[in-house]
Amino acid sequence: MFEILLFSPSSVYSKKQDGDTVQLTGADIVVKSLKEEGVEYVFGYPGGAALHIYDAFHRQDDVEHILVRHEQGATHAADGYARSTGKSGVVLVTSGPGITNAITGIATAYMDSIPMVVLSGQVMKPLIGYDAFQEIDAVGISRPCVKHNFLIQDVKDIASTIKKAFHIATTGRPGPVLVDIPKDITAEVAEFLYPETCELRSYQPLIKEPLPNEIFTAVEAMLNAKQPIVYSGGGIVAANAQESLREMTNKLGFPCTNTLMGLGANAHSDPNFLGMLGMHGTYEANMAMHDADLIIALGARFDDRITGTLHNFAPDAKVLHVDIDPSVIDKNIKADIPIVADLKEVLVAFNRELDRREKDINPELIKDWWETINKWRSLDSLWYNYDEEVIKPQFVVQKLHEITGGQAYVTSDVGQHQMYAAQFYGFSDTHRWINSGGLGTMGFGLPAAMGVKFAHRDADVACITGEGSIQMCIQELATCKQYDLPVKVINLNNRYLGMVRQWQEFSYEKRYSNSYMDSLPDFIALAEAYGHVGMQIDKPADVEGALKEAFAMKDRLVFMDFITDQQENVYPMIESGKGHHEMRMRPGSKNLS
Amino acid sequence: MRHIISVLLENESGALSRVSGLFSARGYNIESLTVAPTNDPTLSRMTIVTTGDDRKIDQIEKQLNKLVDVAALQDITVAGHLEREVVLVKLKVSEDQIDKLKQIAKGFNASLSDVSTNQFIVEMSGSCEKVDELLNSLSNSEIIEVARSGAIGLAFGEDALVVPQP
Repeated sequence: MFEILLFSPSSVYSKKQDGDTVQLTGADIVVKSLKEEGVEYVFGYPGGAALHIYDAFHRQDDVEHILVRHEQGATHAADGYARSTGKSGVVLVTSGPGITNAITGIATAYMDSIPMVVLSGQVMKPLIGYDAFQEIDAVGISRPCVKHNFLIQDVKDIASTIKKAFHIATTGRPGPVLVDIPKDITAEVAEFLYPETCELRSYQPLIKEPLPNEIFTAVEAMLNAKQPIVYSGGGIVAANAQESLREMTNKLGFPCTNTLMGLGANAHSDPNFLGMLGMHGTYEANMAMHDADLIIALGARFDDRITGTLHNFAPDAKVLHVDIDPSVIDKNIKADIPIVADLKEVLVAFNRELDRREKDINPELIKDWWETINKWRSLDSLWYNYDEEVIKPQFVVQKLHEITGGQAYVTSDVGQHQMYAAQFYGFSDTHRWINSGGLGTMGFGLPAAMGVKFAHRDADVACITGEGSIQMCIQELATCKQYDLPVKVINLNNRYLGMVRQWQEFSYEKRYSNSYMDSLPDFIALAEAYGHVGMQIDKPADVEGALKEAFAMKDRLVFMDFITDQQENVYPMIESGKGHHEMRMRPGSKNLS
Repeated sequence: MRHIISVLLENESGALSRVSGLFSARGYNIESLTVAPTNDPTLSRMTIVTTGDDRKIDQIEKQLNKLVDVAALQDITVAGHLEREVVLVKLKVSEDQIDKLKQIAKGFNASLSDVSTNQFIVEMSGSCEKVDELLNSLSNSEIIEVARSGAIGLAFGEDALVVPQP
């Protein structure tokens, strides 16, 4: 997105003046500020209003700029980087269409509380408000999907604003922050001094520690629970609290479930782990929520995909709810014991209190509960039949787990394949499962995998996708070529927008309106056209061999087009308007006697 | 329940739209919203009159507090408070009704300005309820236009809305 340069920057060179003060252009201040923040990569796309900043990138090699093929890809790549490292992702785009294209990715990060700083070029200050070329009110258009945003008015404010942006993005409940920078001030010169701290009197993200009486009350409830469940979400990932969580659940022997965003918090192999809960969660996880007398909610927000209908939700449960964001407490579900604090600190305090009261932990109290749960478990609600003729998508995901030792970073797009990945990959650690949970953004998987790959060069990175989603950001295959990113694309190709088709089958009497994908590209040829390796696999017997072959190609992106069962559905399912105890099971499922 | 929420807001461009955007995005009611600078030039004071059950009001306060530009807020309706709204009513009155109008104005402690032939502006400050009553009393006259300021208010006693010191 280019604009003809109407003028040349008057002074783009940094020069040292008397004393210690360094005079730099606004553009150089932007890049130096990023360096001060320890930024390794900036994902972006140039254009007129951002050109001074791009020129400044050209003058240094401390911070590497990654050229994507579409601004949506830049935001998802920064997002994947952030989710897999815990650090803030950074994006640079130009004004107008640059920022509007980035909005989907910003909203994706916002809904999942991912730290991200987005720098956008803006038209020159004197032109703002005059419908200039490539002008859009970036602050206005992004406002509903950012944690905060800024329009910088003065070159002297660039460094301090970037400092604030990183501070806000990464503290409290994380989220994206946009910094809009008019072009003229990136050419102006100011003294560069990166602030060490930032003062924001109106932003005081929780610094309070959990109170002793809160911890006592919570632990007391745990010790007296007969039917407890630990329900943890993305907050565990954001707080890096998985070790403390596992310590707590091991001490108590309580059943645990994770949300889609929290997968990996409990290892899939942990016998206390009941799998994911929610709309496509396991029967045992949802039933345990429904029948619980104590729900220990940790960094999770009781959203509609978790709870089903609210009036049916866990009728007999006392709710202990821990979150760093006060606004999620009592939003959907009333908390009996609310604790607003940093999750990790709370879990450490729980563990300390549990150690002190070790003799009061009574496994007998929850013995009957486990018996009931194990009965639910015996239904094996995720079951499916292996088919000799046609590839079952679940089978591909299970084989992927085997071949990568369960240690891959797995990104996904949105739809059936996302649920198969969540149900069947089996994560052992946090930060490994990278998906758009809140916004549900198709097109997320491939660019997110690029961001992951930049952060973890030697790790296996797989993008589980479908033939619908992959086409929403397919252009990023070129970025993967340019930067040698050997991502493995696992395309579960059922020639349908599978989740839409499934809902149409269940709720619209099989009227498959616009859910069929006709005229699909030849994905092998497409991958090859971008300079990658393409494979098509249509026999179940070839799945394992093909995956082995692909993952053995350490330095190549392999696009694996798996031709899968068109009629396969994701089970079990809580349908719209139903409660946790009313799951729709796969036809032919066992019954509980 | 009707609540009056006072907000101290950073005097930054766009701060107002963050608040109004929050209310529309989350479907909260706004009965009135006023905003003006305070004695501290870096802060504006906003007064929002809204309605909702306790749970909704709790969410409104929490969501407002999450906005980076919100420095402090207070629901002044939870205890004793002074509530004031200014209203201006332009009326057309025939000769024989002028005395009646003057009587109504006196009863409400309102002032009258003679603005044109047979036209008056009635000006009053009082609680929103009082303003409603005044408009009700004037409903038999020919009202040309009405401007209401929306409510502002302060809590009684020592409670004050100030920026908390970190």
